[in-house]
Amino acid sequence: MATSIVLDKIVKRYGSVEVIHGIDLKIEPGEFTVFVGPSGCGKSTLLRMIAGLEAISGGDLLIDGERMNDVPASQRGIAMVFQSYALYPHMTVYKNLAFGLETAGYKKAEIDRRVRDVAKILKIEDYLARKPKALSGGQRQRVAIGRAIVREPKIFLFDEPLSNLDAELRVAMRVEIAKLHQSLGNTMIYVTHDQVEAMTMADKIVVLKDGNVMQVGAPLDLYNRPATQFVAGFIGSPKMNFVAGTVESADERGSVLTIAGRTVRLPGLAVAAPRGAAVTFGVRPEHLTVGGETGELLGDVTVQLVEHLGGETVLYTSNDAGDTLNVAVDGQLRVKTGERVPLRIDPALCHVFDGAGRAVATPVARTEARVA
Amino acid sequence: MTSQTSSVGAAVPAGGRSAPAGRTRRAFGQTTAGYLFLAPWLIGFFGLTLGPALASLWLSFTNYDLLQSPTFIGTANYVRIATADPKFAAAMKVTFLYVILSVPLKLVFALLVAMAFNRGIRGLPLYRAIFYLPSLLGTSVAIAVLWRQLFAADGLVNAALANFGIIGPSWISNPNYSLYTLVVLSVWQFGSPMIIFLAGLRQIPTDMYEAASLDGASRTRQFFKITLPLLTPVIFFNFVIQTIDAFKAFTPAFIISEGTGGPINSTLFYTLYLYQEAFGFFRMGYASALAWILVIIIAIFTAFSFLSARYWVHYDD
Repeated sequence: MATSIVLDKIVKRYGSVEVIHGIDLKIEPGEFTVFVGPSGCGKSTLLRMIAGLEAISGGDLLIDGERMNDVPASQRGIAMVFQSYALYPHMTVYKNLAFGLETAGYKKAEIDRRVRDVAKILKIEDYLARKPKALSGGQRQRVAIGRAIVREPKIFLFDEPLSNLDAELRVAMRVEIAKLHQSLGNTMIYVTHDQVEAMTMADKIVVLKDGNVMQVGAPLDLYNRPATQFVAGFIGSPKMNFVAGTVESADERGSVLTIAGRTVRLPGLAVAAPRGAAVTFGVRPEHLTVGGETGELLGDVTVQLVEHLGGETVLYTSNDAGDTLNVAVDGQLRVKTGERVPLRIDPALCHVFDGAGRAVATPVARTEARVA
Repeated sequence: MTSQTSSVGAAVPAGGRSAPAGRTRRAFGQTTAGYLFLAPWLIGFFGLTLGPALASLWLSFTNYDLLQSPTFIGTANYVRIATADPKFAAAMKVTFLYVILSVPLKLVFALLVAMAFNRGIRGLPLYRAIFYLPSLLGTSVAIAVLWRQLFAADGLVNAALANFGIIGPSWISNPNYSLYTLVVLSVWQFGSPMIIFLAGLRQIPTDMYEAASLDGASRTRQFFKITLPLLTPVIFFNFVIQTIDAFKAFTPAFIISEGTGGPINSTLFYTLYLYQEAFGFFRMGYASALAWILVIIIAIFTAFSFLSARYWVHYDD
């Protein structure tokens, strides 16, 4: 039976400095939730408060409806995988896995059964007699996950568990953790600063900045409908392009902006901002097209650098006003550095943010377009 | 300077055979400079350490009283030590008892203080310095004299006990207690191992304790299952150093017993006995033999410690 977690106006203070500012969040049973945000945004602190490793300064933490603020970490039914793995270097893998069960007073036979079951699941049976120093990074990571699983907790917490692995292993472990979630079905919270990890693994992403939740939603919701310029810039790779603009006209059918001295029509994109308002226009690199006749013309740009990735090519370009615009195009498109090319946009896939960074554009035809 | 440069420069292309000679001269010059820089240490090592050590080894097989030339007597000194010297046995007993009592007590006390400091207290650098002071002063004559005053019949310890209606003995002149006052003095000099323990404790990652606390491990279990095993390299280091120091202890016993090792040989440390033989009775050959036996005892102990380390010291890498 999976477990729900509710954060009700959670606050964290260190002395007089408040670092988490009244966070409200509901995590459904069995959900894989990812806390994502830049360094110092409070994601690890929030996770540690849920784990019971940090005291909660204000608000309530409820697990399955029960207030957990003052419940010791060991009694919250939580297991945690640490960024450093936190394996005991003087113990064998077997002992590392068995430590929690021995502490809980399980009988030897039961400990042995559970340890060997988990070792089998994580394919570390051959390493049970080894010490952590004799394991590779990936194997250590498996042991750390095994140590969490073996206690059969209600909730799993992962604090940037893949950040010490190389790129290839990170992808492999990402898949394994996702599979693990599917097979165990437990509620899991995963902290990362890597938005790709967040996008690929999460049922729900919580984007944090400066101790505040910026947006909560499914990965594609955040990608398609970022509530703020910060979320728009943080979610998606390559990053969204931002260009300063001015509202020329706007109504429920569409809008017209001035971008880099050029009038750009955005039919189907309603912008809730008055005429003359300074805004930021946003468009993802993969939503820009080079040449062609479809979409609206954004303007001509000069190609500064071309990155051929095989499947796609990334063009680093700049317009006449000096704004940088990255463009992700088909991998086979031949474009040369220094070449001047026209960029086109699908207005329904564009974003507009007001001076405070709030999204003010609504794609009136997006749903219909996607369905079609 | 110019002429030197030009002459070297001319020699290189002209003959071709002069180039290796020039390189050899340069190499020689560099080697000489290297040895000159090493000279202070080399003079110290050969003149003040290795030389006297070898000389004492030779003297240990001689009869030498400083006034007459040493006469070779073979292993007679060692035979006498092993078979006909009750004071040697007494000194060994006192020294071993001192080592066995003072080293573990000092290490445990140092570890406890280090753990208290490691919990994060305000003004830690100040406390650390204050607690380290006894280690700097502890082996000095002044502190030994102070200790004598503290534990004398009319000393401060008895004055304090008198407040509770206890009439204390003269701790230093009672053979039942005298050695223990020296043990207490040794434990009081816990600063040096404490600093090393503190550094070792700081090296243990916090997330290990966090992982253990999530597993429900109590502080006691965390101490025995995490802190202690991960601290074993530091414990080993402190244990070896402190034990060697304890075997070599001299000043406190010398001052407190006024050089006699009394009462009734109760503070006759091995080094004090060695000193008496050398500078009291001028039996330099015999004292040298005693010194070499101490070296061998310390060497055996150190070797045994290192051999045993593989079974109880946990190194991360």
